Amino acid sequence: MEARRRRGHGIFSGGIAWSDLHPGTVAAVVFLLAWPSFTSDFFTFQIGAYSLILGTIALSLMLLAGYGGMVSLAQLTVAGITAYLVAILGDNSVGVMGLGWPWWLTVPAAILAGAVLGALIGAISVRTEGIYTIMITLAIAVVSFFFVRQNYVLFNGWTGFAGVEPPTLFGIYWRDPVPFYYLSLLVAGGFFCAVAYVSRSTFGLGLQAIRDNPRRMRALGFDVALHRIFAFFLAGLIAATAGVLLVWFNGRVSPGTMGVEASIDILVIAVVGGLRHPIGPFLGAVGFVLLENFAIDLIDRERFNTVIGLVFLLVVLFSPDGLLGLWNRIRPRLRFDRNARPVAGRATMDAAGQPASARQSTS
Amino acid sequence: MTATDALSRLQGAGRHALELEAVSRYFGALVALADINFTLGAGERRAVLGSNGAGKTTLFNAISGDFPPTTGRVRLFGEDVTDLPVHERIRRGLRRTYQISLLFGGLRVIDSIYLACRGVSRRRFSLRRARRDDEAIHAAETLVGAVNLEAVQGDLVSTLSHGQQRQLEIALALAGAPRLALLDEPAAGLSPSERSDLVEILRSLPRHMSFIIIEHDMDVALRVADNVTMMHNGRIFKEGTPTEIEGDSEVQELYLGHGRG
Repeated sequence: MEARRRRGHGIFSGGIAWSDLHPGTVAAVVFLLAWPSFTSDFFTFQIGAYSLILGTIALSLMLLAGYGGMVSLAQLTVAGITAYLVAILGDNSVGVMGLGWPWWLTVPAAILAGAVLGALIGAISVRTEGIYTIMITLAIAVVSFFFVRQNYVLFNGWTGFAGVEPPTLFGIYWRDPVPFYYLSLLVAGGFFCAVAYVSRSTFGLGLQAIRDNPRRMRALGFDVALHRIFAFFLAGLIAATAGVLLVWFNGRVSPGTMGVEASIDILVIAVVGGLRHPIGPFLGAVGFVLLENFAIDLIDRERFNTVIGLVFLLVVLFSPDGLLGLWNRIRPRLRFDRNARPVAGRATMDAAGQPASARQSTS
Repeated sequence: MTATDALSRLQGAGRHALELEAVSRYFGALVALADINFTLGAGERRAVLGSNGAGKTTLFNAISGDFPPTTGRVRLFGEDVTDLPVHERIRRGLRRTYQISLLFGGLRVIDSIYLACRGVSRRRFSLRRARRDDEAIHAAETLVGAVNLEAVQGDLVSTLSHGQQRQLEIALALAGAPRLALLDEPAAGLSPSERSDLVEILRSLPRHMSFIIIEHDMDVALRVADNVTMMHNGRIFKEGTPTEIEGDSEVQELYLGHGRG
């Protein structure tokens, strides 16, 4: 019993001990840090940084769907609106809005506004369950898309904004591939650790319990709606921060940034990667970005969505837990893995694509 | 409010854990509860008996707020809670178990009980992990021992046996020092030895704590209850001590005569 407690994955662990670090984790961190040193600018920026940004947005969905059982299609809307706010409050080259606030005011204000928007979306949708949460957040995504496309005064309509740049700080131009990669890695890595940590916090455990049984949680004294809205706020914080990176990455933002197709891409990334653990969305994002860039070499450009669709179908068919689930199934067969253990049963997925009896992956 | 009024209210609160005043519950045209008047003293243990469909669980749902009454008032410890949501009633000292175990399959046993202890205290939204010396952790560890689940405390709830899940239900209902617990057939599906364990747990609860137990097993019910309420067709049919109820010819006709017990 004592040994189990000291293993450090439960609520008792308090912090993270160095001895808990898996050799694989260390290798992954070293690999990610060294990535720009052995790849071209294209791979550092277009593949590396972009995967990290999409992964972070998908991570916000993983927090809601994996731990909270709430599949939201409006997380990219939060990122998109935040991206717009950076262009509106700061500088852009279009000549519409661009209030010229300094970056240290623009960025926190935009992120906070994005997180509040996330909480608002949550407040609207938390009284629904499953497929209805998807429908209501889809409606919000569609409405937002058409709103920014038709509003010229604030959002400059169809064109959107261009010329949005990160600040030059400490003598570094942060849109250069290598600095931008590290900035994205810092944000993604920070949120990854935060989500992994919070999943075992009182709030995180409560969220998972609400996913499993909201009625029972009410009967334990928890305000289920408020708990869910707070989850939407935190997820909004993550998506909004990724939104700032997104507008710096693209240098521009337009309605298409938060279009419905792109919103569905985020869902595909999260589901294909796996909703059980915060690493899932990043696996999904890497796969997605690689396919997006290189499917053209294998197949006609127009067929990209067919490829993505097929991959999605195959993963969902053969591994309801996504790429993460495949890995968990292979892992027990690899002798070098000291934590190897068989996976106890496959997760069943309900109509909404969320784990019906999700098992908290602890590694 | 005069001082005397306040005092008598306070005394009233001390006397009654629960008062139901003309509580009715309709599901469409179906009358599930009809004009229930019910009083439970502080520290009193009551068994509610009745055949299937008599309205026992509906009574619990009306008290806990899962399905609030259509008409009538519910008072907990002297306070009118009729319009309060479930979680607010829970924070006032009420707990309940469910007939069919409603648990958190994806959580570990100890984490479930920890949440139950945390549910009625502050820091429900804490983004920090609980520390080893957290009082809710201590409470959870004590409880996990009280319901004999130490051996599986690190296991996922979904892997527990039926009997263990029932024990966990009890632990969730006893977390956070409740003043009134509603136990909905806690012994259903338990083995004889598990039943006697359950009786022991219930008998060892602090005397100031009230509970209402729905139980088909007369043996369990009569061993833990001070008084018995018989329900029939959504109405209260008889109230009395276990001996009175057991000896009542109408009760025997209606309930005991039909197989069970």
